[in-house]
Amino acid sequence: MASLEDLLFSKEHEWVRVDGESATIGITDYAQNALGDIVYVELPKVGTTIAQFANVGVIESVKAVSDLFTPISGEVIEVNGALESDPAAVNREPYGTGWLLKLRPTNPDETKSLLSSAEYEKIAAD
Amino acid sequence: MSEAGAIALIFESGQEGRANRYFEQGKPLENFLPRQLLRDELPLPDNSELDVVRHFTRLSQRTFGIDLGFYPLGSCTMKYNPRVNDAIATRPEFAELHPYTPDDLAQGALAVMYELERSLSSLFGMAAFSLNPSAGAHAELGALLIAKKYFKERGETSRDKVIVPDTAHGTNPASAAMCGFKVISMPSNERGRVSVAEIRKVVGADTAVCMMTNPNTLGLFEEEIAAIAAVVHEAGGLMYYDGANANAIMGYTRPGDMGFDLMHLNTHKTFTIPHGGGGAGHGPLGVAAHLVDYLPTPVVVREESNFHLDFDRPKSIGPLRSFWSNFAHAVRALAYLYANGSEGLKRVSQLAVLNANYLRVKIAEFLETPYPEICRHEFVASAQRLKKQNGVRALDLAKALLDYGYMAPTMYFPLLVPECLMIEPTETESKETLDAFAEALAKIVQRAHTDPQALFDAPVTTVVGRVDETRAARQPDLRWRP
Repeated sequence: MASLEDLLFSKEHEWVRVDGESATIGITDYAQNALGDIVYVELPKVGTTIAQFANVGVIESVKAVSDLFTPISGEVIEVNGALESDPAAVNREPYGTGWLLKLRPTNPDETKSLLSSAEYEKIAAD
Repeated sequence: MSEAGAIALIFESGQEGRANRYFEQGKPLENFLPRQLLRDELPLPDNSELDVVRHFTRLSQRTFGIDLGFYPLGSCTMKYNPRVNDAIATRPEFAELHPYTPDDLAQGALAVMYELERSLSSLFGMAAFSLNPSAGAHAELGALLIAKKYFKERGETSRDKVIVPDTAHGTNPASAAMCGFKVISMPSNERGRVSVAEIRKVVGADTAVCMMTNPNTLGLFEEEIAAIAAVVHEAGGLMYYDGANANAIMGYTRPGDMGFDLMHLNTHKTFTIPHGGGGAGHGPLGVAAHLVDYLPTPVVVREESNFHLDFDRPKSIGPLRSFWSNFAHAVRALAYLYANGSEGLKRVSQLAVLNANYLRVKIAEFLETPYPEICRHEFVASAQRLKKQNGVRALDLAKALLDYGYMAPTMYFPLLVPECLMIEPTETESKETLDAFAEALAKIVQRAHTDPQALFDAPVTTVVGRVDETRAARQPDLRWRP
């Protein structure tokens, strides 16, 4: 599991870890806790190009169905196929095995509009 | 299942040859039905009539409904259904009428539909209603199909967006998406209302419809509704009124006067028709004058003292339902309208609002109520504080209420309120019932502080205990197999 300090966050409760040509995206611990038990995750097809903050899929919990947004734009290079049979991984390890998708970032400047771990903590604490 | 008190599945009981066979001796089925419709095998259980009667009587004893207890399910308006409505609807003159009966032999039934249509139009300020849709969401779909056709005929096909506030009824976004519209979600302000400033931000030349519920799902009245409608109309869009909460406004205000072009009602909510088990509903669809031609067919029309069904409406979106929809519900709704009259209906809304506020103030003593002001027919409470302190969620409170013999309120809706309980007592409950419910909930909240585990284990007195909702959603197994 990555250290939270390496991650950037959106106000929509997603995190991203940029590692050169690959950016891994997931939802935060706060988000999984608010959603409750996750029962289904719908992810985009590999090869899809997505704009920053656009809808990339759907997360369904026992309580509600929620849209999933991407914190940065890019081309989808991998999705977490393991979630199909084990969506609970998002609840167990939102920053680890519960990651959602990987993008090839198309605009590195976008990360400037995202929040640091400390800034996000403040929002989630409210 | 072999636990004490468990009921065997009907498919797992019975013995071969036990069923009554009315058709075997001398009257082969071929005499009644075409050969090609008959099957050689029909895997139905072989039970005697007595076994079947006992089975379903037992099941009926284990269900919960408004006839057994308080049912404060927000936005569902679970009020008492007067038996006289059923007595009238099941009269053979109505119940045994064949759907192909020619108009001139069904004048009484057509008069009922006509009277109901006129009464609803007057009560809600619409030019006309269609009684065709058989549920609220069904009428929403019909209304959006009307909007689509209306814009197509005007050459405004680029209008592809439907605006839905986060306080709207839950089916609205789904109906819009079903019709191929893009859904634009709009946040309410800190007072739980849609503001004119916010609507200005999202409305544009691509706006088709703005769908609102008023009072909204927080139980709050949108005071700026006329100004909001003006903004949408200025941009060329249509306003849709979701009638889920119509029980709050009868005789006080009308969607037509608020500026709505389309609306639906749930007669099974507002006009007392048994519902809640997924049974037959009834969702009349109302329109303003400029949209009357698009209503589903057929429409009941009156010519002097004669009524007939008009199918010849070239602009219509066509029928949404076979035959005359759930006609018996139209009879029940009209019976309720006649029994109350316009003053009585006003009193219904008055008492529904009074009961909701009485309960809101009582519950605010021990649970958060995020919008602490006079509400309409329902209100929201939140278990957010309890969850932080003791890990007890809205779900656990709801389950614990079952042990006290109450139906749980609507949970986790609207989504903007965390750990939400949405409570609608309706006008048909007494002060004693409301007091007892508030007292039970107070005890449960008290227990959350002293013994939260007891609430995680609830319910313990019901036939079926705490169900594993997560597993049911992750591994749905809906069909019985031998």
